[in-house]
Amino acid sequence: MNINMTLIGQSITFALFVWFCMRFVWPPIVAALEARRKEIADGLAAADRGRHELELASKRSVESLHDAKQRASEIIALAEKRAAEVVEQSKQEAKVEGERQLALAQAEIQQEVHRAREQLREQVAGLVVAGAEKILRREVDAKAHSALLEEIKSGI
Amino acid sequence: MSSEAHSSAEYIKHHLQNLTFGQHADGSWGLAHSVQEAKDMGFMAINLDTMGFSILLGALFLFLFHGVAKSAKAGVPGGMQNFVEWIVEFIDGAVRGSFTARNNMVAPLALTIFIWIFLMNLMDLLPIDWIPGLATMLGLPYMKVVATTDPNATFGMSLAVFFLVLYYSIKMKGVGGFVGELTLQPFGKWGLPANLLLEGVNLIAKPVSLALRLFGNMYAGEMIFILIALMFSGGAVLALTGGVLQWAWAVFHILIITLQAFIFMTLTIVYMDMAHQEHH
Repeated sequence: MNINMTLIGQSITFALFVWFCMRFVWPPIVAALEARRKEIADGLAAADRGRHELELASKRSVESLHDAKQRASEIIALAEKRAAEVVEQSKQEAKVEGERQLALAQAEIQQEVHRAREQLREQVAGLVVAGAEKILRREVDAKAHSALLEEIKSGI
Repeated sequence: MSSEAHSSAEYIKHHLQNLTFGQHADGSWGLAHSVQEAKDMGFMAINLDTMGFSILLGALFLFLFHGVAKSAKAGVPGGMQNFVEWIVEFIDGAVRGSFTARNNMVAPLALTIFIWIFLMNLMDLLPIDWIPGLATMLGLPYMKVVATTDPNATFGMSLAVFFLVLYYSIKMKGVGGFVGELTLQPFGKWGLPANLLLEGVNLIAKPVSLALRLFGNMYAGEMIFILIALMFSGGAVLALTGGVLQWAWAVFHILIITLQAFIFMTLTIVYMDMAHQEHH
């Protein structure tokens, strides 16, 4: 309990401790704290920027998706229209072709009929001549009666 | 009965005496083996226990904190670094809150005061006979573990703070400004003697109150521990009561030792702030 040299010793010890703390302890710790504070602030700022960019990107993606959908539907509509046109056109062409084929066939049939009739007429004329020869029992001069025969032929 | 009372008094006295090294009355140097011998040594003596424990604890504090400071980096802090940073930020906040000028010395000063005083006070929570008992076995006559129950320690610190206050007062305001502050207010130049008396008392009261507040609190706390410890030799019931009381007082004392360290630190910051402020 006596005041003695300890008083001065304690003062000196205290001063040395404070000096040491001020020189070697406080500055590095505070510097580390400051550096971390800055790092955190930078990180937060970067996160903010990232979030903003994400927002922009998602907005852009929604827009481009919308665009693509619209383009696709336009293309589909166009293709449908085109397909309808093609179908219509080919229908038309088929119809025209069919009619042509039909006309061609009919013409051929007509010709066939005509030819058959012609042959038939020839044969009938021959038969008639042969018949007439038999009936007349004499030779008929083909040259002298050709005019007559023609007349008969056209009359069949 | 009288011998028991005598031994109780001896016990208390024994616990309140520092291990003092100095010059005996016969001229030889050595340890004081009684209270009277220690007293007779006068000013040219040194309390080895106070010096030893305070230096040990201060060195422990600086060793731990310096270890963290050397490897401190901005990345994710480990356990010890986290703890040290928590304390440093707490002190930094306290200094920013009360100290308005710019001085790189105040924050480390506050940190040293807070941790050092806290550690010295913390020794109070050790059962009071452990280390003194060990010292007795080693042949040392006295051993006082809590350095802050020695007024030399508290006054040593408060005087150092006081000199810092004087130094910065004169550095910031000049000798004229400082003398003017002491003599020209609050009553103007015609009330000079009254001013000097008031401001002088005001100035001297700073280190005295700092030192006595800490010393008084710790001394009283230590005394209560000693009185509780006396109960241990009074039979089973008293010993049990003493155990409960000691536990309760130790829990309460955790608050006191932290609070006293904090008060010493805060007042130091405030005094340093006043030293830096110019007011006319």
